[in-house]
Amino acid sequence: MFSVINLMVRRDILLAMRRPQDVMTSLFFFIIVVSLFPLGVSPEMEVLRSIGPGVIWVAALLASMLSLGRLFSDDYQDGTLEQLILSPQPLALVVLSKVAAHWLLTGLPLVILTPLLGLLLGLNVEEIQILTLTLLLGTPVLSLIGSIGAALTLGVRGGGVLISLLILPLFVPVLIFGTGAVSSMNAGLGVEAHFSLLGAFLVLSLLLTPWASAAALKISME
Amino acid sequence: MTSKQNEKKSNSWLKFSSTRNFYPLAGKMTPWFMGLAIALMLVGLYMTFFVVPPDYQQGNSYRIMYIHVPAAWMSMLIYLLMALYAGIYFVLNVKLADMMAGGLAVTGAIFTVIALWTGSMWGKPTWGAWWVWDARLTSELLLLFLYLGYISLRAAIDDPNRAAKASGLLALVGVVNVPIIYFSVTWWNTLHQGASITTNKTSMATEMFVTLLVMVFAFWMYTIAIVLMRVRNEIIERERDTSWLVEELGKEK
Amino acid sequence: MNWENPSEFFAMGGHGLYVWASFGLLTLFILIEVLVVRKRRKDLIHRLKRLTQARAKMVEKE
Repeated sequence: MFSVINLMVRRDILLAMRRPQDVMTSLFFFIIVVSLFPLGVSPEMEVLRSIGPGVIWVAALLASMLSLGRLFSDDYQDGTLEQLILSPQPLALVVLSKVAAHWLLTGLPLVILTPLLGLLLGLNVEEIQILTLTLLLGTPVLSLIGSIGAALTLGVRGGGVLISLLILPLFVPVLIFGTGAVSSMNAGLGVEAHFSLLGAFLVLSLLLTPWASAAALKISME
Repeated sequence: MTSKQNEKKSNSWLKFSSTRNFYPLAGKMTPWFMGLAIALMLVGLYMTFFVVPPDYQQGNSYRIMYIHVPAAWMSMLIYLLMALYAGIYFVLNVKLADMMAGGLAVTGAIFTVIALWTGSMWGKPTWGAWWVWDARLTSELLLLFLYLGYISLRAAIDDPNRAAKASGLLALVGVVNVPIIYFSVTWWNTLHQGASITTNKTSMATEMFVTLLVMVFAFWMYTIAIVLMRVRNEIIERERDTSWLVEELGKEK
Repeated sequence: MNWENPSEFFAMGGHGLYVWASFGLLTLFILIEVLVVRKRRKDLIHRLKRLTQARAKMVEKE
């Protein structure tokens, strides 16, 4: 089983590396969106600090959404997806591998950039630590839930925006507890509850979403 | 299906799971439900304006509650029903179930908008703001997004079979998430100590409760009537090539 | 009785705007929904009639 995952992940990463602009654009998007907030709201550090975690989280959400459209579409268009569905490997496993690759390429870079952007928004060290950890737990969930949207809208008109409409409401709990952790720490209330919930979301999505996405892929390929 | 199975089916309620039998039945039922809806609505509105007294704190604006709360309840109930029909469609492959889910969606979305609008109208004189991010209203807003997503997905896919399955899956994923979303939003709201739109009375006077119930039933009857009408339209569109439909429509002239 | 006279009824103790905007929207939405659904039915039936007529003509010609 692990060799399949290994193979698929490496394949997807290799393919993505041949067109690095896809990966880079969502990263640049993340940075630009975050940078817009001081310009649009206020350059005062105190203001930025209070909205910082939320801004970074929302920007991460949007950047993930941007790249989800491509999760299955390339394979769909060149016929690989059909082969993958017909192959003896469980489709859920294939989905899990593709999502893992997607996260390594888009989610993880966002997590790595977070401390830098946190500094730009005036967050202190502890806040940055907590925030980065929440994103580390949360971005995989974004990729996992997002894969359902990507699978459902395969080949459909207006696919990109449609994915956002379908998936963003489902992201709300992750967003709430992700940003809530920082506020909670600042209020001296401790962050265990938040991280427990974020962890629970991660485990649940790891277990359930590959099956849902696999079902959605089969529906889209009929 | 063997002819014996067919016979069995046509002698039981199950026969109405076929569009051919459902169509005339729905046609006969619709006027009754619409009539009930109108009657209950009139009674409910009368009670709302002439029976229940004004609230001692909120004055007359709280009468809006008698449509805000029923609309909110309907919006949630309808979403559950949609998911249920989607589930039935997946498990039993009954096309009619998918048509019911599709028919419910728009009406559910409309009730959600009504709940949001009336919530705003109620909130302004009560709290001084056109909108408050309280748990109930925010959850309603997210429910509206779930409805819009479902409707958009159905509209975007041309093949009715794929549209049925894809939107059905979306509805099931959505319904599982609804309690999680509601829990998160409620938690989020208590943390930020937002204002909340509720009545002042912790226990409701009988006449208030009865009025509320009447309005809920009025909305219920209306929903059934309008969804039956929508499903009949869907049947006409999808089965326009069948001879039974042409006959049926000929009879109706 | 809650209201002494019709003008009191419409004023709703100063909250008239909010109350009537709410009940008004409800009425409007219900009316529009019913009208839209009925129109769709009419259009569908009309289209189907024309389709059957066109087909009948084609059969005649053969």
